[in-house]
Amino acid sequence: MTYDKRFDGRKSFDELRPMEAKAGIIKSADGSGFFKIGKTEAIAAVYGPRTLHPRFLQDSSTGILRCHYNMMPFSGCGSRIRPGGNRRSKEISMVMKNALLPVLDLKAFPNSVVDVFVEYPQTDAGSRCAGITAASIALADAGITMTDLVCSVAVGRVDDKVAADLNYDEEAYEDGPVADIPIAMLPNKKTFTLLQMDGEIPKDMFMDALKMGLKVCDQIKELQVKALKDKYGEKK
Amino acid sequence: MGNIKINDRDIVVPGETLAEGMDFVPGFGTYRDGENIIAKNLGLSSIRGKVIKLIPLAGRYYPKNGDVIIGRVQDIMLGGWMIGINCAYHSMLSMKEGTSEFIERGADLTQYFKIGDYVVTKVMNVTTQKLVDVTMKGPGLRKLQGGQVFAINSNKVPRVIGKNGSMIQAIKDATGCQITVGQNGFIWLKGEPAKEIIAREAIDIIEKNSHVSGLTEKIKGFLGNQVK
Repeated sequence: MTYDKRFDGRKSFDELRPMEAKAGIIKSADGSGFFKIGKTEAIAAVYGPRTLHPRFLQDSSTGILRCHYNMMPFSGCGSRIRPGGNRRSKEISMVMKNALLPVLDLKAFPNSVVDVFVEYPQTDAGSRCAGITAASIALADAGITMTDLVCSVAVGRVDDKVAADLNYDEEAYEDGPVADIPIAMLPNKKTFTLLQMDGEIPKDMFMDALKMGLKVCDQIKELQVKALKDKYGEKK
Repeated sequence: MGNIKINDRDIVVPGETLAEGMDFVPGFGTYRDGENIIAKNLGLSSIRGKVIKLIPLAGRYYPKNGDVIIGRVQDIMLGGWMIGINCAYHSMLSMKEGTSEFIERGADLTQYFKIGDYVVTKVMNVTTQKLVDVTMKGPGLRKLQGGQVFAINSNKVPRVIGKNGSMIQAIKDATGCQITVGQNGFIWLKGEPAKEIIAREAIDIIEKNSHVSGLTEKIKGFLGNQVK
């Protein structure tokens, strides 16, 4: 028994789910972004740089970045998600911060903070990746100095196949081993800023999965660039 | 031989390669990576000879010495006033810089500026830790009486003012409003209520279309239609 046809009818194993990106959707935030991939939707809002309170968290040499990951109560697949932070959301907030921080330089804003809030109206696997992608749009929209955009996608393996952008059904595949590898990368330098893995995978499949990730991230980057440029419409 | 990847006044996003080769020099909002010049802000590109720079389209105000800004009195401290200036940091207006009158020990500072007052001030000094000192001593620096204050993005202030103040003068002439634009994006308007609304609409249009060229003519057309 092999996995030879994707559950949601995608044609190939490196095909991503249908995507949509927008910038500037939250008017009162300094910057905001929206990213949808399949049934996973992320809304990111950026506030700041602004003065950080309580003051003992301030860093007098640089501004800091804070990320906040939150799934809305109705965003799962039926059962209500208890609002507020939990151990999972705290960890994902941390990995999102670490994925975004390499492109930021907040040295010009000592004692300040840039807050990134990411909310999920609905989720279907790959939420941290969608969140990082949306947050990257939002940070650029907020006019924060960034050396590059960050684009993020999950790759992995379902049974004997290497696949990109696993949905929940594929992550929960029961007839064989599964590995889910969320990655985030900087499209210019081709370096990874997030690399996690859940599951089991042999080394050669792992390398194939990363290569597939490098390839499909370009599609996400193009969409991010388009979202930011579309906000300002046709020039002249 | 280097080549430019973009046109003048294109919208560019962080990470976008603007030019290849060592013939060009990275200016504001760009950096060099290897042989390439790459954008690090969302902005409009500007090619001036060999220098490629960005005019940012978004981002918070960053205080600079000598900027004339509008601030809101947020708190009254022992030695002066704390002024909110629409940026990541507060500014301090010391007693000495607030007024030239003699202030007695223990005097009530609200007789000069109350919490909630808007003032036109000038940035005197910005330290490395971003302590911003402002002063009220200088031409045009005053407490604002009446009218309305609203905020726009500080990066759009040059467009609202226009070349040699042409844009702001057009709005003033058409609506008869008094207008003061702070470099931090706070704008003060005072005039007849109906005219204030028109002036504000005009400024909103400028803010939305700040990346479009030929805006002064468009605004003059808008004002001509509105003010009969």
